[in-house]
Amino acid sequence: MDWQAFWLTIRLAVLVAAVLVAIGVPIAYWITYSRWRWKFLAEAVVALPIVIPPTVLGFYVLVALGPRSPLGRWWESLTGHTLAFTFEGLVIGSILYSLPFAVQPFAASFSSVDTKLIAASATLGASRVRTFFRVILPLSISGLVTGVALSFAHTMGEFGVVLMVGGNIPGVTRTVSIDIYDQVQVSNYAAANQTALVLVLIAFLVLSVVYALNRRIWATWPWK
Amino acid sequence: MTAKWLAVVLLGLAALFGQAAAQEITIAAAADLSSALTELTSDYQKQTGIKVRLSFGSSGNLTQQIKNGAPFDLFFSADEDYPRQLIEAGLAEPDSLYRYAMGRLILWVPTSSALDLEHQGMNALLDSSMKKLAIANPQHAPYGRAAVAALRHFQLYGKVADRLVLGENVSQAAQFVESGNAQAGLIALSHALAPTMKDKGRYWGVPTDAYPELDQGAVVLSRSQHKKEAAAFLAYLKTSTARATLRRYGFALPQENH
Repeated sequence: MDWQAFWLTIRLAVLVAAVLVAIGVPIAYWITYSRWRWKFLAEAVVALPIVIPPTVLGFYVLVALGPRSPLGRWWESLTGHTLAFTFEGLVIGSILYSLPFAVQPFAASFSSVDTKLIAASATLGASRVRTFFRVILPLSISGLVTGVALSFAHTMGEFGVVLMVGGNIPGVTRTVSIDIYDQVQVSNYAAANQTALVLVLIAFLVLSVVYALNRRIWATWPWK
Repeated sequence: MTAKWLAVVLLGLAALFGQAAAQEITIAAAADLSSALTELTSDYQKQTGIKVRLSFGSSGNLTQQIKNGAPFDLFFSADEDYPRQLIEAGLAEPDSLYRYAMGRLILWVPTSSALDLEHQGMNALLDSSMKKLAIANPQHAPYGRAAVAALRHFQLYGKVADRLVLGENVSQAAQFVESGNAQAGLIALSHALAPTMKDKGRYWGVPTDAYPELDQGAVVLSRSQHKKEAAAFLAYLKTSTARATLRRYGFALPQENH
């Protein structure tokens, strides 16, 4: 088992899940409560990564964000290198790739919060921010955990984008799924099997957490 | 009325999934052949009416697929080891092995590159503007192994090892440098001569004594249902028109060198 690839993938998945909480929660909040007429367009954009193939995403990262594009040149002048073949490139690709897996469960749980509670909170003089942290968020805990768990697991299992933009650099962009692919290419089935088993177990564990939460083992915030 | 629509739908489905009755062969081919073989097969199809389907990948990847039952009729490898492996495993016809070409490894840079390939050759890779060098994955692509051998030959491997990016096959390595994401690439001459890359860069031919020869072998696969047609296509490759096409894409042909 290639532990370097394993820890690299864990780092990637944790980072992506954290970023998706930071940007996914505001997006989900806006999607849930905005009354903008064209909101459905934004919802469609957020859901796009579910249906577009990872190769399209990889292609965009390589070409639209590559050194021949204005955006890519801007990034290069900022950081000194292009997005392809870097850990940052994988992080950005994975954030786009897993965005709906975070935003949709977040938005679903926000919209299931009883609006009377939100109205009551406002009547009692609480600001919107306070209402969000004291009423909406605690009641949305299962959706939050679902979103985090799914984006973590989805990133762990990412393959197409990494194959297209990673360049297979050990310790930088060689993730577990790429490692498994390489092991299979050289007929090293024993090593592929071992690594695959670890991935399957992690996926099972994560999904078990998600389904346990959906049975409302903890109906609300487990700690005060 | 319903019955009529049902008939239309069924006919549509039949058209979608029906097997083409005409003769057809499927070829698995090394990525360095992508342009040359596409041209050759379209010529062949015009001449004979036999349809040829092409699947490209790294030779190791394709060998793996064949071992696991992929329904190919012919296999064009970028070396002779993979076809021999298949023969040993009883998956390819021993008598059919034909060395159709010899591949050439080149160092390719985009036109805008400042690297001085003409004077410095491989040593241009030591330039400070070199951040990423694209090669094919040496684990399963013969061109990747050739690239590593050439880097070792020029005693550059240790110096550029941390700048290597690996393409899944040699075409992806070519794409990495063609798109500008890597500054240079050790790729196949056939890529540099293909219409898609011809005007976009310069190259330096790596001397052939710097890497083990890329003797590219083709074999008819044992599971094929179209062995006769597959053998006929191999025979076509020995004709002078087919050889001229291969030569135009930068392949050296066996009899010329021996």
